[in-house]
Amino acid sequence: MLRRALRLGGGRGLVTRGPGSRGGGSTPDWDGKVSEIKKKIQSILPGGAWNPLYDTSHLPPEHSDVVIVGGGVLGLSVAYWLKKLEKRRGAIRVLVVERDHTYSQASTVLSIGGIHQQFSVPENIQLSLFSASFLRNINEYLAVVDAPPLDLQFNPLGYLLLASEKGAATMESNVRVQRQEGAKVCLMSPEQLRNKFPWINTEGVALASYGMENEGWFDPWCLLQGLRRKVQSMGVLFCQGEVTRFVSSSNHMKTTSGTEVTLKRIYEVHVKMDHSLEYQPVECAIVINAAGAWSGQVAELAGIGKGPPGTLQGTRLPVEPRKRYVYLWHCPQGPGLEAPLVTDISGAYFRREGLGNNYLGGLSPEEEPDPGNLEVDYGFFQDKVWPPLAQRVPAFETLKVRSAWAGYNDYNTFDQNGVVGPHPLVVNMYFAAGFSGHGLQQAPGVGRAVAEMVLEGHFQTIDLSPFLFSRFYLGEKIQEQVII
Amino acid sequence: MAAPRTSLRLVAAIWSGSTRGIHGLGGAAAPEGSQKKGKTLLQFLSDHFYDVEFLREYLLQRQMLKVHQENRFQNKEWIRPDERGRFPLEFSEFPGVPVEAVDASGCAINYDGLDNVLLLKELRSLSLRRCPNVDDWCLSHLHPLANSLQELSLAGCPHVSERGLACLHHLQNLRRLDISDLPAVSNPGLTRILVEEMLPNCEVVGADWAQGLNSEPEEQPQDRASPVHV
Repeated sequence: MLRRALRLGGGRGLVTRGPGSRGGGSTPDWDGKVSEIKKKIQSILPGGAWNPLYDTSHLPPEHSDVVIVGGGVLGLSVAYWLKKLEKRRGAIRVLVVERDHTYSQASTVLSIGGIHQQFSVPENIQLSLFSASFLRNINEYLAVVDAPPLDLQFNPLGYLLLASEKGAATMESNVRVQRQEGAKVCLMSPEQLRNKFPWINTEGVALASYGMENEGWFDPWCLLQGLRRKVQSMGVLFCQGEVTRFVSSSNHMKTTSGTEVTLKRIYEVHVKMDHSLEYQPVECAIVINAAGAWSGQVAELAGIGKGPPGTLQGTRLPVEPRKRYVYLWHCPQGPGLEAPLVTDISGAYFRREGLGNNYLGGLSPEEEPDPGNLEVDYGFFQDKVWPPLAQRVPAFETLKVRSAWAGYNDYNTFDQNGVVGPHPLVVNMYFAAGFSGHGLQQAPGVGRAVAEMVLEGHFQTIDLSPFLFSRFYLGEKIQEQVII
Repeated sequence: MAAPRTSLRLVAAIWSGSTRGIHGLGGAAAPEGSQKKGKTLLQFLSDHFYDVEFLREYLLQRQMLKVHQENRFQNKEWIRPDERGRFPLEFSEFPGVPVEAVDASGCAINYDGLDNVLLLKELRSLSLRRCPNVDDWCLSHLHPLANSLQELSLAGCPHVSERGLACLHHLQNLRRLDISDLPAVSNPGLTRILVEEMLPNCEVVGADWAQGLNSEPEEQPQDRASPVHV
């Protein structure tokens, strides 16, 4: 009944004209003026961003409950799960601070986008399995009203890891753990390999493990944009700026055994704007360090690692940027459509890209290149990457490099696995960094774990306690059993 | 409010065919209305807008609920649901007989639903034509059927792309694969060639090799005769 009246009223409005237009002069734009006045009143009222001296609309807000340093896939995943798991809608105000909105150096978009479950640490396998189901149902998780569904271009072809005689036992035990956790991985002998993939030269290969399902590669940029879109629709604020300072308050306390401990709480984050000296102090309750390759620097700003070495105060966050190259080449007689992502014994890997016989690949260098810039060294391909690949796949002897790029790996020098959870001394800084090349594939699970830690105080779904910061002080490494 | 009840009464009146004409219905809607003749038709249409919408949606839902699922047992014929969507009672008499073929065309089966199909270890033929929820993830889930599956039809599935077709290489016993009308495949001709290379014993149907290629314009013979023209 109401709708009918509105429709009739609207219909009548179309037929008759407004009072002002009859006069021939300009219509006083009442609607526009009223909305302007409303905006001014709203900004003056407390809580609005009104500053009588100058325009501050480009600055981040003055208060935010959670500040996430870093807007890559890990930071956005934490923001998403924080908003998804909050008890009441709008309960938590989240601000994501990202230094570079073009993501030109972010590890997320420069990665090859692979996901696999062939780890030896059970928590890594569980994280990866959850990520696979997240990606499979991505249009239910990241649905935004009126926006088109996401197409991740997922290629479910799996990973093929090769092992020599020395590494065969490690591979078998790894596959046993993976099967226990629910990953669909099978072991293949060299003969089975030759039958299935005739383009492989199985000389030196004793065993291979092949992921049948939930493994493959996808488009990380699409995931990032999907997360960004969803997170913005959930009310998270974005800010382009650099975190330059943390202001914290200290609490001197004594432990039960009588030793003095200084606990710090960050209460203000200074966010500096791009190309200017202007900064905004953002008052916050929790800081999440998801700065990827630069997490170590952000942690130093908070005073982590400033203390006598060997103590908890002196334990740094051991994450540094490492440069990795990815090369794209064309090979007309190369492996066919069924080629998985093959990782050789030497560490060289490659995968198919598209339908046109193009391949992507690379190798972790023994001598680390200088991470100061993202210049590509083509000589590295000639000397170190091509020989093992050509030996493993004879068709690759005739290939032509089309292009290449370099990206950063947020390398954890301690045990090459991520850091998740709060710092023991800087009580309200939570880490979600240091995944050394696996950040993209573990992002959904890690985001959920950090959100659970922030909201509930403990891990609920996947227990990531082996990944806490305290292991750096206690010396407990969780290292992947590398297959040689 | 009196409006819902009056609309239901009017709907019943339309269906039972015992209408007393436009004026009669108009009178029932607004008891004390003093309608002018010209406005009555418009009034009638706007009164019953929601009734017509409801009717359309009801008919549409009835159509959507028709889930086609046909099955065939070993050496037996297809068992189809009757017009009410229910399977015949003899279904329960065949617990031990292996299922050979499943036709799930047009069915809203998805990744989790395929788990039930994967339990059929002797399945020889699977038809997933026009299934709106079958995508690349579902195709990668089909690998347990590698020993028995001989025929697979994916015609008309809107979300299947060449990446999903690539993981059909696990199904080495496949003899016939139908990949016609897949809108998400970027290059059907090239995809067919690559799939045929991948599955040498399989007959791939549905995509023409020359699909997507532009034919070259024919050479004009008189160009050679008149070199003066630029």
